[in-house]
Amino acid sequence: MKNVTLTIDGQKVTVPENYSIIQAAKELGIDIPALCYDPNLEVVGACRLCLVEIEGSRKLETSCSTKVREGMVVNTETEKVVKARKDILQLLLDSHPNDCLTCQKAGECLLQAYAYRYDVKFREHDGAMRPKLIDTSSPYILKDDSKCILCGKCVRTCSQVDDRQVLSFAGRGYDTRIVLDLDKTFETSKCVSCNRCVVVCPVGALVDKRLMGKTRIWDAEVKTVDCKVCAYGCEFEVLSKKGKKLAVRAKAPSNGRPLCLKGRLTTELMHLDNPDKPYRKIGNKFVESSWTKAISIADIIEKINKLENNEEK
Amino acid sequence: MTNSIEEILNTDAMFVIGSNTTENHPIIGATMKRAKKKGAKLIVADPRRIELAEYADVYLQLKPGTNIALLNGMMHVIIEKGLQDKEFIEKNTENYEELAKLVKEYTPERVAEICGVNAEDIVKAATIYGEAKKAGIYYTMGVTQHTTGTNGVMSVSNLALLCGNVGKESAGVNPLRGQNNVQGACDMGGLPADYPGYQKVFNEEAAEKFEKAWNAKLSRKPGLTVSEMLNEAENGNIRFMYIMGENPMVSDPDINHVRKALNNLDFLVVQDIFFTETCELADVVLPAASFAEKDGTFTNTERRVQRVRKAIEPAGEAKADWKILVDLMNLLGYKARYSDPSKIMDEIASLTPSYGGIDYKRLEDRMGIQWPCPSKDHPGTKYLHKNGITRGKGLFMPAEQVDSAEMPDKKYPYALTTGRILYHYHTRTMTGRVEGLNKKASNNYVEINEVTAKKLGIKDGDIVRLTSRRGVVEVAARITDIIGEEVLFMPFHFAEGAANYLTNTALDPIAKIPELKVAAVKLEKIS
Amino acid sequence: MVQVTINGIKYEVEKDKTILQACREVGIEIPTLCHDERLAPYGACRMCLVEVEGGKNLVTSCTTKVRDGMVVYTNNPKVINARRDVLDLLLSNHPMECLTCEKSGNCKLQDYAYEYGLVDGTYEGEKRNKEIDDSNHFYYYDPNKCILCGLCVRVCDELQCTNAIGFEDRGFNTIVATPFNQGLEKSKCVSCGNCVSVCPVGALQPKTKVKFRYWETKKVRTTCSYCGVGCQMDLLVKGNQVVGVEPAFDGFNNGLLCVKGKFGYKFINHPDRLKKPLIKKDGEFVEATWEEAYRLIVSKIKETKENYGAEAFGGLTSARCTNEENYLFQKLFRAVIGTNNVDHCARL
Repeated sequence: MKNVTLTIDGQKVTVPENYSIIQAAKELGIDIPALCYDPNLEVVGACRLCLVEIEGSRKLETSCSTKVREGMVVNTETEKVVKARKDILQLLLDSHPNDCLTCQKAGECLLQAYAYRYDVKFREHDGAMRPKLIDTSSPYILKDDSKCILCGKCVRTCSQVDDRQVLSFAGRGYDTRIVLDLDKTFETSKCVSCNRCVVVCPVGALVDKRLMGKTRIWDAEVKTVDCKVCAYGCEFEVLSKKGKKLAVRAKAPSNGRPLCLKGRLTTELMHLDNPDKPYRKIGNKFVESSWTKAISIADIIEKINKLENNEEK
Repeated sequence: MTNSIEEILNTDAMFVIGSNTTENHPIIGATMKRAKKKGAKLIVADPRRIELAEYADVYLQLKPGTNIALLNGMMHVIIEKGLQDKEFIEKNTENYEELAKLVKEYTPERVAEICGVNAEDIVKAATIYGEAKKAGIYYTMGVTQHTTGTNGVMSVSNLALLCGNVGKESAGVNPLRGQNNVQGACDMGGLPADYPGYQKVFNEEAAEKFEKAWNAKLSRKPGLTVSEMLNEAENGNIRFMYIMGENPMVSDPDINHVRKALNNLDFLVVQDIFFTETCELADVVLPAASFAEKDGTFTNTERRVQRVRKAIEPAGEAKADWKILVDLMNLLGYKARYSDPSKIMDEIASLTPSYGGIDYKRLEDRMGIQWPCPSKDHPGTKYLHKNGITRGKGLFMPAEQVDSAEMPDKKYPYALTTGRILYHYHTRTMTGRVEGLNKKASNNYVEINEVTAKKLGIKDGDIVRLTSRRGVVEVAARITDIIGEEVLFMPFHFAEGAANYLTNTALDPIAKIPELKVAAVKLEKIS
Repeated sequence: MVQVTINGIKYEVEKDKTILQACREVGIEIPTLCHDERLAPYGACRMCLVEVEGGKNLVTSCTTKVRDGMVVYTNNPKVINARRDVLDLLLSNHPMECLTCEKSGNCKLQDYAYEYGLVDGTYEGEKRNKEIDDSNHFYYYDPNKCILCGLCVRVCDELQCTNAIGFEDRGFNTIVATPFNQGLEKSKCVSCGNCVSVCPVGALQPKTKVKFRYWETKKVRTTCSYCGVGCQMDLLVKGNQVVGVEPAFDGFNNGLLCVKGKFGYKFINHPDRLKKPLIKKDGEFVEATWEEAYRLIVSKIKETKENYGAEAFGGLTSARCTNEENYLFQKLFRAVIGTNNVDHCARL
């Protein structure tokens, strides 16, 4: 691949020609804000927060979808850019609930991080807010539409797995929502609780329910562990506080790392001091389950018991 | 300090002399105010009516350079009133008779005259100190930076011994050290006649021990002090100087002389975190890491050895001082192998009896260790002389009041004294780069008594000229009523119009400390 | 010693302890907003309410001493509801600014709201709208975020003994202020920041030019580099930058610092820092590599020693450097160069 050299914020950088501006900026340690961009997902240029100014171009361009060119001169934090970002963030905040006080996502929320970075605050207004539709049907995932910013990352990550593709956009304009299988719930849809969508959600719209109320993310000690269930070896994080291991959550799904519920539950069982009860989806119902059934090792245990009993005799 | 900071809270009386504690040691100052609230008595002696004076039971606004007279006067009263600790003196001291004989001449009336204070206040101060069961004396450079500094300290110690305030909790003789690791720099042998732990270079046994440990031939001849080095540099006998983290071009007396001396060197290396006034005269400047960028230990004023921990990487290519020194040793053909500072501490402990039980692992477990800590199972020492005075008997060292080397006269009628202020530290290398501190104290100034100012037609903020036999500076006047009419005060932090252009290089003959606290100066208004 | 039953378990505790102290000693957590072990008990915030069997009302555990045979409940529904009410009232008059509040992540009100599951205050009505005191160079006071726990006032009085601030006005209008409301800068305040260090919410906050969220920082325990008192403190580090200082509460300085210790760290990442060795060539300093600088120094040392002997060297070691560095410096002079001409500014 050919390399090209361009200038970003006054610094020269040489990168392969198929790089986007946002990738090239990263090489220089320049962090361009973006809500819908994820290097592992298809680029959609929806959130427009990654707008940058390119010399010779009249309008601002989205740096996630614009490829680098030789000699290109890019500025990522001009007055014009900052103004545009502030406007975008303000619009997002205007239809976002003000509950960072207790929101489980606080401390990791990208909307919060960028609002802080660009000093944009919630404001009082009489306009419409997103509907407070909350899907509480799953013991694993909480979906709060009022917090959704429609970046679509969840839809894209869900569609990467062929036999899933549960999540999709529905409705138009201000009424656009993310739905499961033609507007079903987690319980009634064919969702398998792999939590890929939870991992990529930049805000508090999709939250790991088994984490909620256990710890603020900034109070937790985080340790990464490998899943032992299959050969993919997905990574999970074990969260603990004051020496107590409280929760397990999935880390970003990447190429060849599918994430699954069985892996997560097994990791919980192996690492947590006191894991919550597991649930299984039977038909269209989540049912409290035993651990042996939840991670389907009943027949293995039975076999072990049988063999050991034989030995004793 | 013979005693510990936390002990101040339980003392019966505090005698603060030559220390502006709330500004220079704010946490100790606050502790003193808490002790006062709890019922302790407070005596303050200082030429300036400092904040602590407002809390004092007795405040003595003595003239600069008259500490010894005051201390002798107080001892006179104590003996007169029979408040001395006779049993302690009998058991633990020697030379009491000499002391009693000398202080007999220091009647309150005579001392009042010398110091410019009331005789009754001397009696009151002496009575408070003498009657207290546990009384601590706290002092700083106001006692030491005189040509009679050593005698001043001896007199402080005489007073403490007289009332049995040595080897006792919440009492003691407590010099408050001004810089983060001045205690440690002394402990580590950063002195011309001392190896680490105050083992003398001229002591054959000590020298042989270090020769063996260091695998080198060592000189038995005590070296030169800072002031002597500068003199010898001016004379052409010192050719090469290496200055690590010091800024004599602001901190040392008679800056014109310092400049001449440093300019006369063949080669000067300066190692610092910023480009200081002294760097300007260097041939090579080495960038050093700040305290946040390296591991190590500091020893505080109460002998507590505490960890310094690396939090960030050094700025640019800067290196920790210890790494630079290790590099140079190796380049000079001397093998130095330390993977990290803990290994250096292990070597220190092996050669320094008072640090013998100190290692990083122990420092990790607890809030530092106070030396002496001779062995790994020793908990450290909260206060000294607990089991009897270290030299055997406490020796009274009676001293006469002697004038400062330079007394105000017709030509230079004011006594200039110098000191620190709350918002700055030493030569402002660090604090001068903190915006808020600079806003709080942005410019140099001289404090002038309101009566004196009126007499000379000087208004607050006017620029005045101060002239001594060594130099001239022009600074803003700060009119105040906290200082005597014949006394002027300047902070020594500022390079511009530095107080040390005026100060006297005259030294105490024993400690070789310059008389920074008294210089005769002339004061004029610049029209 | 007395015997008390806490949440159904019997404990032996010292008789002059408060219920709060007794609970904390045996590892039972009780929330507090106005309590500080260093200060006299105050009983203002009412978060520490517990139920004592036989008593009609809940009692504040920070002011109630244990008695023999006492039966205490620290987390029954009655207690939890009372605490929720306290939080509800506080939140109802608190700006909802956690999105951008600098205290977020280090705020006790936020912690307890999360723990007790309060999303917002439910009481509707007036919210305070007072002016921020921005006059101090190092920190600011936002009365709108103040919960009137009084920690700042009491630390200033009881520990720092400066008495610069107090409560002013009454009821809903109460704020923390300086006498005659002349502002912090004109008051007796010595900017020690000990009030800032104890503020449980975002009412008293350090001014900082570097933007950071508390959760992006790590703490590194170290010793202050200013005066000889050697206070223990934590450097707040974000990336390769020191962005704040907090006093150590377990050091001998007992959670106190002075203005230099608390706010004087900004020199560390100052752009003026020396970053490369400099060599003077024809009267001008030019940047050099370490190798060049070392080579020059070493050759000059050898040359000087050859021509004039070891006594022609003088070294000033540093009262600001570590023990280890001072040790090496005098070792360099004594063992390698061969002179005792080593001193430092102990006398200055």
